[in-house]
Amino acid sequence: MNVPASWYLILAAVLFGVGAFGFLTRRSAIIMFMCIELMLNAVNLTFVTFARSLSDTFAGIAPVSVPGFMVSQIAGALIALGAAKALFPSKDIA
Amino acid sequence: VIAIAYAWPAVGVFVVATLLILGGAIGVLIYKNPVHAALSLILCLFGVALAFLAQQADFLAAVEIIVYAGAIVVLFLFVIMFLGVDRTDALEGEPLVGQRTFAAIAVSLVVAGVVFLMASSHWVTGVPSVSTGGVPLHTGSGNVRQIGTALYTTYLIAFEVTAALLIISVVGAVNLARKERPRVGESAQ
Repeated sequence: MNVPASWYLILAAVLFGVGAFGFLTRRSAIIMFMCIELMLNAVNLTFVTFARSLSDTFAGIAPVSVPGFMVSQIAGALIALGAAKALFPSKDIA
Repeated sequence: VIAIAYAWPAVGVFVVATLLILGGAIGVLIYKNPVHAALSLILCLFGVALAFLAQQADFLAAVEIIVYAGAIVVLFLFVIMFLGVDRTDALEGEPLVGQRTFAAIAVSLVVAGVVFLMASSHWVTGVPSVSTGGVPLHTGSGNVRQIGTALYTTYLIAFEVTAALLIISVVGAVNLARKERPRVGESAQ
């Protein structure tokens, strides 16, 4: 018997809070990016937890893994753009 | 007292995942050196992967390790090394007066509100497994096959939109990194 889903949901909420606090207070752009990663991971954890708790078959978890998969792709794209912006700061593109 | 009602391996895995996740996240918050913060982020991501494994999302746990710890944190470290390892983030003093206090109050209000909503409401769910009638999508076992089937049939539009997003971001990154070169026949300005 697994632990109740609410434990994982509360853990994800706290992780999101830590990431949001870091994003609001840290000054280095790279560490702010890392805090965005923390928030994205909290959302992923919420997706997976709901997938586990709201489905009765094993197959139920697979479709709800799709948003998690998408989120990690979006995170990769975001980080690549941020890296390009950090490495070539002279362009006047916001 | 509550923990007795559940099997102790599940509780133990949850406790270990919590320690990894929160320890790593707090490390990202408090380390001045960005390299230490990135290593601490890896710790947090391993904790998240453990939490995925504990909830039977095997494929997503593997993706978490490979993509996040393997690619994204390496990219972070690459940028940090490129810009200079010595740069540290000054933690003393606040750029705005009372910024940390306001951030802490706002964040704890949001988290408390979410947890309160979670505790005081119940989820509306449809009939279980209405799409497949209670049978798995495929008799073949494994997360990967089921995720692939879902991704290429039901969620094809989301998949294609993500592909377009990746292409757009590649073009944007190339455009950001491109240097203006004078064309053939023109003189450099």
